[in-house]
Amino acid sequence: MPLTPDEMVFWGHGFVKLNATIVFTWGIMLLLTVGSALITRKLSTDLKRARWQNFLEIVVTGIVKQIEEVGLPQPAKYLAFLGTLFLFVATAALCTILPGYSPPTGSLSTTAALALSVLVAVPFFGIKEQGIGGYLKSYIKPTFIMLPFNIISEVSRTLALAVRLFGNMMSGAMIIAILLTITPFLFPIVMTALGLLTGMVQAYIFSILAAVYVAAAVRTRKRSVEPEPKPAPST
Amino acid sequence: MDSMTSIAVASIVCAGITTAFGTMVPSLAEGRAVATALTSLAQQPDASPTITRTLFVGLAMIESCAIYCFVVAMILIFANPFWNHFIEAAGK
Repeated sequence: MPLTPDEMVFWGHGFVKLNATIVFTWGIMLLLTVGSALITRKLSTDLKRARWQNFLEIVVTGIVKQIEEVGLPQPAKYLAFLGTLFLFVATAALCTILPGYSPPTGSLSTTAALALSVLVAVPFFGIKEQGIGGYLKSYIKPTFIMLPFNIISEVSRTLALAVRLFGNMMSGAMIIAILLTITPFLFPIVMTALGLLTGMVQAYIFSILAAVYVAAAVRTRKRSVEPEPKPAPST
Repeated sequence: MDSMTSIAVASIVCAGITTAFGTMVPSLAEGRAVATALTSLAQQPDASPTITRTLFVGLAMIESCAIYCFVVAMILIFANPFWNHFIEAAGK
């Protein structure tokens, strides 16, 4: 039984292997870019709009509102990064209704890459907002003793992001595969529907957690009264 | 019992124990979290977006512990490194 889509190799030459993860990731990238390019080709500002434009506006304003509620005052700055994370993970989960597809987020390589981009983006936004000295100072914020713990928390939350998404998506695919051998006809459909729900919740959680981490890195200067730059989502 | 059999027995038994404890404790924790969130939702319905979002993030944190156990159990059963090592050693 294939544990991840990495093991489905379509084409290989030497050490270059074109496995299902890469192919489906490219497919999702193509779908997202071509789809949004086609929709945004003719935008209108008056009351008469295309349906797809309304759909995209709902999605974008929803993401902006969520980012703002986490505690980032200017969501437009972070919309490109956090919105892309959400859209990619959500599309990867939603496409499971297509037969023969396995989500690329069910491979630890994809989720590790996403988590590493969050690991890079948090200091990037932090340094951009409060300078390199101000950001580095947030590591020794309560006392100097907290320095190793802050560094450990950076690493461990990256690991947690990667393994959480991987485990959820992989478990969905694997439960369906196991059920197909036991009760072939009806029950896997129910589990597929449950997997769609889990995938959306995971996409939401992944992007919200990334937003919370970015907010914690950006806000520490104003909240220097607090003992620790905890990611406490305020209203 | 040769080494293959003992590895198989240990892997299967450990996967069962891992799944058992890894679902028991996080489900208790999630139940408490949801119960507390419902209580505060009933008391303050106005704060429902904040409570719901914090609840989701917290549930994800709790659930990731269960997911770790699940991943370890899956690795023990389907991708056991010791098992693969001994299969390769036996094939040579």
